[in-house]
Amino acid sequence: MGQLVVSPSPHTRSSVSTPNLMFGVIAALLPALAVSVYYFGIGTLIVTLTSVASCVLFEYLIQKFLLKQQPTISDGSAILTGLLLAFNLPSNLPIGIIIVGAAFAIGVGKMAFGGLGQNLFNPALAGRVFLLISFPVQMTTWPVPKGFSTNYIDAETGATALNMMKNHFGSLPETTDMLLGQMGGSLGEVSAIALLIGFAFLLFRRIITWHIPVTIFATVFVFQGILYLADPTQFASPVAHLLAGGLMLGAIFMATDYVTSPMSICGKVVYAIGIGIITVVIRNFGSFPEGMSFAILIMNAVTPLINTYIKPKRFGEVK
Amino acid sequence: MNNNLKILLNGLIKENPTFVLLLGMCPTLGTTSSAINGMSMGLATTFVLICSNIVISLIKNLVPDKVRIPAYIVVIAAFVTMVEMIMQAYVPALYASLGLFIPLIVVNCIVLGRAEAFAAKNSVVPSMFDGLGIGLGFTLALTLLGSIRELLGTGKIFDFAIYPESYGMLLFVLAPGAFIALGFLIAIVNKLRKS
Amino acid sequence: MAKLESSLKNMLLSLTAIALIAAGLMASLYRVTSEPIAKSKEQKSVDAIKAVLPAFDKIENDTANGLNIFKAYTADGQFVGAAVESLSKNGFGGEIKVMVGFDAQGCITEYSVLEQKETPGLGTKMVTWFRPQTEKKKSLLETIFHYEVKTPEKQSSIIGKNPAVNKMTVSKDGGEIDAITASTISSRAFLESVRTAYNAYAAANNQKPTDANSGATQTTEGNNNEQ
Repeated sequence: MGQLVVSPSPHTRSSVSTPNLMFGVIAALLPALAVSVYYFGIGTLIVTLTSVASCVLFEYLIQKFLLKQQPTISDGSAILTGLLLAFNLPSNLPIGIIIVGAAFAIGVGKMAFGGLGQNLFNPALAGRVFLLISFPVQMTTWPVPKGFSTNYIDAETGATALNMMKNHFGSLPETTDMLLGQMGGSLGEVSAIALLIGFAFLLFRRIITWHIPVTIFATVFVFQGILYLADPTQFASPVAHLLAGGLMLGAIFMATDYVTSPMSICGKVVYAIGIGIITVVIRNFGSFPEGMSFAILIMNAVTPLINTYIKPKRFGEVK
Repeated sequence: MNNNLKILLNGLIKENPTFVLLLGMCPTLGTTSSAINGMSMGLATTFVLICSNIVISLIKNLVPDKVRIPAYIVVIAAFVTMVEMIMQAYVPALYASLGLFIPLIVVNCIVLGRAEAFAAKNSVVPSMFDGLGIGLGFTLALTLLGSIRELLGTGKIFDFAIYPESYGMLLFVLAPGAFIALGFLIAIVNKLRKS
Repeated sequence: MAKLESSLKNMLLSLTAIALIAAGLMASLYRVTSEPIAKSKEQKSVDAIKAVLPAFDKIENDTANGLNIFKAYTADGQFVGAAVESLSKNGFGGEIKVMVGFDAQGCITEYSVLEQKETPGLGTKMVTWFRPQTEKKKSLLETIFHYEVKTPEKQSSIIGKNPAVNKMTVSKDGGEIDAITASTISSRAFLESVRTAYNAYAAANNQKPTDANSGATQTTEGNNNEQ
């Protein structure tokens, strides 16, 4: 610190900074949050606030007292982690479990690796998978979307679309309902439309590029389409799989995390195809109905390898 | 005698096989789902370590250098097979929970490592103490890891309930919890050793 | 004593000697332990049957509907019940294998899960879930703080029920048994395997099969929470 760094030209400057990007992503998540409040009511607010507050608090405490650094909570990354973690939880989760999940996401998923920029895995997903495996009963009791409700813990529960697909029972929600978000699921994943609006905003602000989300959508569509054509009685249609579960949320907001995704375009495509294939495999053949979070974490782990073999082109390099 | 005590403590703390040498990770991660499992695995390994260290220090001059590894492996494998047969015959319940990992003691790098690094160069009594020290260090580490995983996962230690099981974090009983708990334990031990 | 030189003769001799001694030791230990090992292996399969049946003296093997049945008799030839090795292919993670014990009237005496690949913490609870609730041991913290974490009431025991009389399906499907929390599919599969076991038992003893066999896993209505 304090040393002068001499870097080769060109020296370009832009207004892009970490807080800028983080708050851009947070803004893009707001439509989905609004839809969630509309369908799940007070539970969404409690879960989201608890998650964000405890993520920020844990980041502050760990930086201040354990690492003895200047806390950097104002860069918005802990708020974003808290928001994304909440989006991956059912809206009737007990507060204690949310706090444990936030502690794991920040403490183990992020700070143990050295903080923002060093983490191997997406912290919010690490927190969510930790909770899913540790408290499977609470994490898989999904409230039914009933319009704004003031019930928190005692909300009525039901099955998610993915569950029905996996076990061939029940009637799937109508496609329009799945687009709007009228189905059971984690509080932020239900509405495809709201998430796509967020996607458009991110693209417009140039916070992310289209490569990762679109490649994931295409891979899942093609792979699931092949399975569906091979045996429609056994496998659900690719459209339903695109709209159900955390696929949209994961592809747009989690897989595109700068720190944990490859740098080059080509690497991004490889990474996204991997996520798509693993998701479809887990959804159809695994012992959990949703594979998106596992798929992203697995490909997070592969990212350094992808970065080694598919290097980004140097600026100004001539082929 | 003082020297032997030093050898014993060396294995327990300074060269703790799990926390410092990072040897034998497979049984460490695989068998520590509860404190009692970790401890039994540690004791079985200790037994093999002591026996193989004694025998190898006895025969070290009878074995030509070029064939020492196969010779040591035969000795170790013989003791492991004996442990396995005795366990299967007289404590079948323990065998059922550790079964898969017992034959793996053969390839546990701790055993061969100590044979190479210590028993092949020292006489019988120090070798025995080295086996005992390293074995107890391994047992201690496995018991500690097993207790932590059992406590966080099910709220119990050695089957004694500390807090209600429904609050337990199941992850720690499963494989990923082993990696996370071990990582944090090593970090804490490193911090303590440095200060 | 000086270290032996690495000549071909020395290497051969020392390796052969070590291998021979090791083999000799193991062979003698094997002769000592082979009998207890065989006994404990045999004990294991007898224990599995014993665990689910009332006291008996001899076992007669039988098959019905393609399932193994172990009929138990007292020394004077009286039929005391039978253990049936049954399975269901509709578990969440694949096949579930159970051993179910029935007494002479067809009431379930006890069960044990032999093999399952369900989701940890959810479907795996079937190992104890379908037994009567036992008094929970208080944990240390609960004792210190005079506080108790309540386990919800459930009607999930299958012990003592007769599948010909009691409806052995989950309560969501109109049966008498409460499913494992958030694991309806595993519960359905488990109960299916119990019904299959009873039908085999009934076929072998000419009793009335259970009529609750429909609506097992293809139930179309009802919520399901399992993930």
